[in-house]
Amino acid sequence: MATDNLELYEVFVRARRGLDHKHVGSLHAQDAEQALEYARDCYTRRSEGVSIWVVRSRDICASQEDDSESFYDPSDDKPYRHATYYQLPEAVNNM
Amino acid sequence: MMTPEQNFMRKIEAEEKIEPKDWMPEAYRQNLIRQISQHAHSEVIGMQPEGNWITRAPSLRRKAVLLSKVQDEGGHGLYLYSATETLGVKRADLIAAMQSGEAKYASIFNYPTQTWADIGAIGWLVDGAAIVNQVSLQRTSYGPYSRAMIRICKEESFHQRQGYELMIALAHGSPAQKAMAQDALNRFYWPALMMFGPHDAESAHSAKSMTWKIKRETNDDLRQKFIDQTVPQIEFLGLEHPDKDLKWNAERGHYDSGEIDWQEFYNVINGNGHCNRQRVEHHIRAHEEGAWVRDAMTAYNAKQQAKTTEQRQAA
Repeated sequence: MATDNLELYEVFVRARRGLDHKHVGSLHAQDAEQALEYARDCYTRRSEGVSIWVVRSRDICASQEDDSESFYDPSDDKPYRHATYYQLPEAVNNM
Repeated sequence: MMTPEQNFMRKIEAEEKIEPKDWMPEAYRQNLIRQISQHAHSEVIGMQPEGNWITRAPSLRRKAVLLSKVQDEGGHGLYLYSATETLGVKRADLIAAMQSGEAKYASIFNYPTQTWADIGAIGWLVDGAAIVNQVSLQRTSYGPYSRAMIRICKEESFHQRQGYELMIALAHGSPAQKAMAQDALNRFYWPALMMFGPHDAESAHSAKSMTWKIKRETNDDLRQKFIDQTVPQIEFLGLEHPDKDLKWNAERGHYDSGEIDWQEFYNVINGNGHCNRQRVEHHIRAHEEGAWVRDAMTAYNAKQQAKTTEQRQAA
């Protein structure tokens, strides 16, 4: 099947109410409505989800892992943002 | 066949979360908008009393810690505004309601931060009380609110621990430092208890909120938890407990405590606290001074859109 002129969609599935939608994969479709139906047929054949999001892959703006060193650099030298940085005596350590 | 309302209650009773596109009673929606946006306003206004000490922190380490904490509060405000917006309201309207006084924020932030020890007392007691409340709210029935609470609780532990660590340094320091710690404890203990809201019998929104599982535990139950957990923490610091009527009740398995000054509570809520006017004025000023950034973004977007339309027409 020729998929060249079909849009690529990323599929996100919410497994249960209360949980975040989680990325499960992608598929080609003519439009969003068709993508939803395909996603239902491809990714939720065994009641894996209660809600599906489809997003056009080209609409996703992603950070590059190759740049992660400089991208995340500002938080690398801030260990004091972590609770474990603060040493408290045993008697009061349950906060 | 179930009515939408029956189906809604079935989900609530089955401990299922309500998600943005589900049918929900209008009063449930309004109740959530009020509570989550009030929570968001509190995070943002809460940056002011602590921000007051960033330039005067006694060491670079304390300054970096405080800066990080205040930055977190801004982030928490964002999570909560975003959760509120899933209910179909605009953020600009929420902010306008706060600035006009129509929407409230936690009245604890209307107290001034007079000394450096207040920064310790806020982290320890104010964030401590907030955590007790927020841990409970992780189980709230509205999905986006619940998920925001889970994220916030993960980050909040650092806030309380840095505050308590600061209190240890002062309470175990010179007599003057210890006195400063005691004074901060005395001033912030009672307002921290008031953060849980009026007694259950007097609480305007409680009953319905409990039925809908927006709130999972009552004001008084949460307050009791905080009172109990704080006693050994005060003892460890070697400070005097501000509540002279505090007494262990073996039968209940809890501490009995003295009565809160509710007149003070309502006075501050109704706008007569030390800093009410200052907090809102500052927020309005910062908001107005940032208007040019928002205007520039709108202008840029309009230009980009015009360009795209032009290209499309030329093609």
